[in-house]
Amino acid sequence: MTPVPAGAPLVEVTGLHISFGDVRAVDGLSFTLQPGAALGVVGESGSGKSASAYALLGLHRGTGARVSGTIRVAGIDVNAASDAELRSLRGGLAAMVFQDPLSSLDPYYTIGDQIAEVYRVHKGGSRRAARARAITVLDRVGIPDAARKSRSRPHEFSGGMRQRALIAMALACEPRLLIADEPTTALDVTVQAQILDLLHDLRRDEGLGLLLVTHDVGVAAESVDEVLVMRAGREVERGPVGPVLASPREPYTKALLSAVPRLSPALPSVTPGALPRTPFAPEGGSSSNAGRAEDPAHPGADRGAGNGATSHARSAAVPSPRRLPGRGGVGEASAAGGDVVIEAVGLSKSFGRGRAAFDAVDGVDLHVRRGETLGIVGESGSGKTTLGRMLVGLLEPSAGHVTRSGDVQMVFQDPVSSLNPRRSIGESVADPLRAAGERDDTRIRARVAELLARVGLDPDRYDGYPHEFSGGQRQRVGIARALAAEPKLIVCDEPVSALDVTTQAQVTALLAELQRELGLALVFVAHDLAVVRQVSDRVAVMRRGRIVEEGEVDVVYGAPKDPYTRQLLAAVPSLDPALAAVRRAARREEAHVAAA
Amino acid sequence: MNGFTGFLLRRIAGAVLVLLALSVVVYAVFYVAPGNVAQIVCGERCSPQQVALVHDKLGLGDPLYLQYGHFIQGIFAGRDFSSGTGVVHCSAPCLGQSYRTDEQVTDLIFGKLPVTGSLVIGAFALWLLIGVGTGVLSAWKRGGVVERLLTWLTLAGTSTPVFVIGLLLIIVLCSTLQWLPFPQYVPFTDNPEQWFWGLLLPWFSLALIESAKYARLTRSSMLETLAEDHVRTFRAYGLTERAIVGRHALRGAVAPVIALSALDAGTMFGSAVLTETLFGIPGIGRQLVESVRTVDLPVVVGVVLTTGFFVVLANAVADVLYATADRRVVLS
Amino acid sequence: MSEALLTTGAGVTTPAPGGRLFWRRLRAQRAVTAAAAVFALLVLVALAAPLLTALEGQNPNAYHPALVDSASGGVPIGSFGGISGEHWLGVEPQTGRDLFARIVYGARVSLGVAFVATLIQVALGVGLGLFAALGGRWADQIVSRVTDVAAALPMLVITLGLLAVAPASIPRPVLITLIIAGLGWFGTSKIVRAGALSLKTLDHVSAARLSGWGTWAIARRELLPALAAPVITYAVLLVPSNVVAEAALSFLGVGIKPPTPSWGQMLTDANTWYQAAPTYLLLPAGLLFITVLSLTMIGEGVRTALDPRAASRLRVGTRNQNKPTGPIESLEEKAS
Repeated sequence: MTPVPAGAPLVEVTGLHISFGDVRAVDGLSFTLQPGAALGVVGESGSGKSASAYALLGLHRGTGARVSGTIRVAGIDVNAASDAELRSLRGGLAAMVFQDPLSSLDPYYTIGDQIAEVYRVHKGGSRRAARARAITVLDRVGIPDAARKSRSRPHEFSGGMRQRALIAMALACEPRLLIADEPTTALDVTVQAQILDLLHDLRRDEGLGLLLVTHDVGVAAESVDEVLVMRAGREVERGPVGPVLASPREPYTKALLSAVPRLSPALPSVTPGALPRTPFAPEGGSSSNAGRAEDPAHPGADRGAGNGATSHARSAAVPSPRRLPGRGGVGEASAAGGDVVIEAVGLSKSFGRGRAAFDAVDGVDLHVRRGETLGIVGESGSGKTTLGRMLVGLLEPSAGHVTRSGDVQMVFQDPVSSLNPRRSIGESVADPLRAAGERDDTRIRARVAELLARVGLDPDRYDGYPHEFSGGQRQRVGIARALAAEPKLIVCDEPVSALDVTTQAQVTALLAELQRELGLALVFVAHDLAVVRQVSDRVAVMRRGRIVEEGEVDVVYGAPKDPYTRQLLAAVPSLDPALAAVRRAARREEAHVAAA
Repeated sequence: MNGFTGFLLRRIAGAVLVLLALSVVVYAVFYVAPGNVAQIVCGERCSPQQVALVHDKLGLGDPLYLQYGHFIQGIFAGRDFSSGTGVVHCSAPCLGQSYRTDEQVTDLIFGKLPVTGSLVIGAFALWLLIGVGTGVLSAWKRGGVVERLLTWLTLAGTSTPVFVIGLLLIIVLCSTLQWLPFPQYVPFTDNPEQWFWGLLLPWFSLALIESAKYARLTRSSMLETLAEDHVRTFRAYGLTERAIVGRHALRGAVAPVIALSALDAGTMFGSAVLTETLFGIPGIGRQLVESVRTVDLPVVVGVVLTTGFFVVLANAVADVLYATADRRVVLS
Repeated sequence: MSEALLTTGAGVTTPAPGGRLFWRRLRAQRAVTAAAAVFALLVLVALAAPLLTALEGQNPNAYHPALVDSASGGVPIGSFGGISGEHWLGVEPQTGRDLFARIVYGARVSLGVAFVATLIQVALGVGLGLFAALGGRWADQIVSRVTDVAAALPMLVITLGLLAVAPASIPRPVLITLIIAGLGWFGTSKIVRAGALSLKTLDHVSAARLSGWGTWAIARRELLPALAAPVITYAVLLVPSNVVAEAALSFLGVGIKPPTPSWGQMLTDANTWYQAAPTYLLLPAGLLFITVLSLTMIGEGVRTALDPRAASRLRVGTRNQNKPTGPIESLEEKAS
């Protein structure tokens, strides 16, 4: 292996260009990473961040992608290196952790064997020694009973465990650089926090350099010293993570940051242990503005700055029935039955039969009033999507019943599959009209044009097909289709989780605006606590099919009663690196307490 | 592995049901159809008295459900047949007696199984060897002349009916060039060498067609596996292409192919009839053709059940093979 | 029997190219164009059989004992099986019937049976597949069990049984067509069922339900258009498989019976004459091969032209997002 001269950077990239056919993915990128340092590459989809990370290991070689510029990693010139040199770099000096830990491991071999195989490729030695090394690294990444677990295959692990196993594989040959490509994107927020904490500890203890590629500014804030914001294959802004996030220089960075939904606008400094109970808003939550005051820690995240759409999004993304004319406080309305649009009592759904049966939703009671937004938040497997589908009637409940006082529609998560690819978007929007028996094409076209305009799309694009639209536009089409049926309630199932953060803000703003104007009731199902906070009046926290806590957003987020809610809130990455460190300490404390 | 036991039990129960349904179908087909079975069995020149005797002896006067009931009883408990002089016991599993020869169907089928078995096993080994080998080669050398050539050859292979390729092979290899003896069946226990040479051509005819299909299957399976994320992982961890293809891609790609080949081997017990007819091999398929011609119902039902049994068995074996190879698959 | 490789609903969730793009992609494959031309010629010959034989001045069923050598058991007199200006491809051994006439009339039977059988198979398969996918648990159970039984019935075995007992009043080609169709629908139904089941989970189908459409309206509006591509792909490959099935049955002597000519049935007799009259064997064998090969190539071409993944298969890190649905389905998926 090539020795690295003392003081030389671990990674040095100069004038990197990558193109796939006619598409320029990366366009003149340069950066350096010192040994033991951590750099976060942040950008929205299509910014070229992953392609850049792959280039560090020469993974574009032989794929038809054109790579130019110089890349030096641990002293090896990646573009000029021979295949053998490149192989010694890959996994030996620099190791990579991927997004989807399940598909990134070979399903046919045990975890231990896969790690041992990688170890022997680089370090040689006996099978026995390699197995022992595998167990050591599995133990190091916090897999309990590592010797036994090393004989399991990937599918026998949970998502978080798999990601730990992949990190263990990365550690096997004691590399000097860890490249993590969206390492927590496929994970739940509590698991994400654990993995980020693990990466943090590994850096500290092993002196690893870290290159973290992520779309999530919060994840970067938690984990790196320096951040590089990318857009369309170019660097937008680079610098130490604190200053860049606190006072970004570039308009794009500002827009990006202002679009990131905040868990809480005001988070005073907290002491470990007391953190979750710290109220975010004045007691009683009587003032909706107080809870949404500017974050003093982020003066740069000014809503007046950035582009118009996002700033509009920010202010509009706080719908509240209290702002509707002629409406009293929420407390008064809660007793009144006349305004309830949907009510579910003892709602349950079980799947499977016999011993394989499990309750996806287990005895849920809820109601939503006109003009109100109920947020339903939970991690994967909490039953939130099943609940949403039962509310609209796509799934029959196993027990309990739903009472609806009008038509109920749904906005779906996936902007790709939610529209029939063979039908023009106008026809998709017209679908409920045609189903209702409307035959007159002129009337249909007029109504669809009206709806398209209503959701901010060009009404003349009736005949356009879904593939001609962006993800955010397709979500707008989905919303227009839902509106066509003139529903009383729309259930939004993760409506923004597939979208980039700036688009997210625009879509939530649209939903809020529609709600205000049409007096719609909304159920907003999501895994993202911050998004739910921004859009909801009330929130229900789900875990294992049950609602563990329900109440006014400010109360639930400000003074969570259930330990699980507290755990969830503590796991959400913060945009402030200093705060992130404090919360990391708090999490560690909590883990100790839980273990004791 | 509790789930595995349950899976096996469900499989077996399902298989038994399918076989029962098969026997019902065959019975129904033969009974609904017009024609005097006793007359056909007895022959053209039988007197009405003789026909009546045969009719009674075969129990053809009984209602259909009773005949079927006797048949099922025979399978699970055995049954007795009256011969001219006394009673012959046919122990379970009894598939009945041939109408024509009074031979027990099980004996008859067991006599023919080694013949068809020899044919299937040899062809199976050959087609896996040729098919998987070609498939791996063309996936590895993708984009080259080798791949194009193999693509064309396999396309031609899948397009050729076995009786066309078999006929051509006989003409060229046995008749014109005289490189091989004309195909014939000699039991392995009699003379292994003659067994081998006599079956070589039938094996090849069957294998060439099947291997064309398997080459395509292996190739696409390989390409799919090579595009999977875990292959990228090992590439990113410095494994050589050889190790990636040999250890990680091959296993994932070939496992389903092997599983599917088990399925085809089972089906071949039923479809070997063409090859057997062409090459004059006295296997189970030829027996069936003969028995259908003479309306020897017990033998027909017996053969259909036997071949059906192999299909069902092969299905289960394929599932199990696939599930053991790839534990991600949920057994259900 | 070369059972065409099954493809299940693997590609149904991605849009297939539209009509014009489909033709462009199909025509871009030169080999496919050539195969289509060959096949079109065969169809033309079959359609024009009476015209062609009239042109030759022969009849497929007329015996010409004078043209065969009775001393040698019926070997055609003359070189290459008796090829002459009157008998363009020579005559049949033993009977002396005109080979050209029998070949062109045989094309009618072989292709006709295969086509009609395919149409019935597709109709049955689509109907039963949709019924299984949309008709609830019981419908699915029933169709699945029937499929299991039908698949466990070796096709030749059951055909032999049925033919032996079928009333003689039914014309043989019709009977053969019905048998081939009746025992060959489950490939299509499996594809339709798997495709419909996976489409059913898509959000736009849920949205259609919420819009108020009924089950069969959804099948017509949302499912069938998406299923068209995989079903057409499979159906085109069913045709050669049916050609072979008919030929195999006729070859075994239980299919088309003389005097009606069919290629497979001609091969049966040819089996014993290949030394004395090789053209008698090579003509039907060669034509079968060419027909099946050209049809298979067209099928492959259609598959490629309709495959939305055709161009994008080999990129690094292309995730395989279709998790295996069941052991056999995924096996068959890989066969595509």
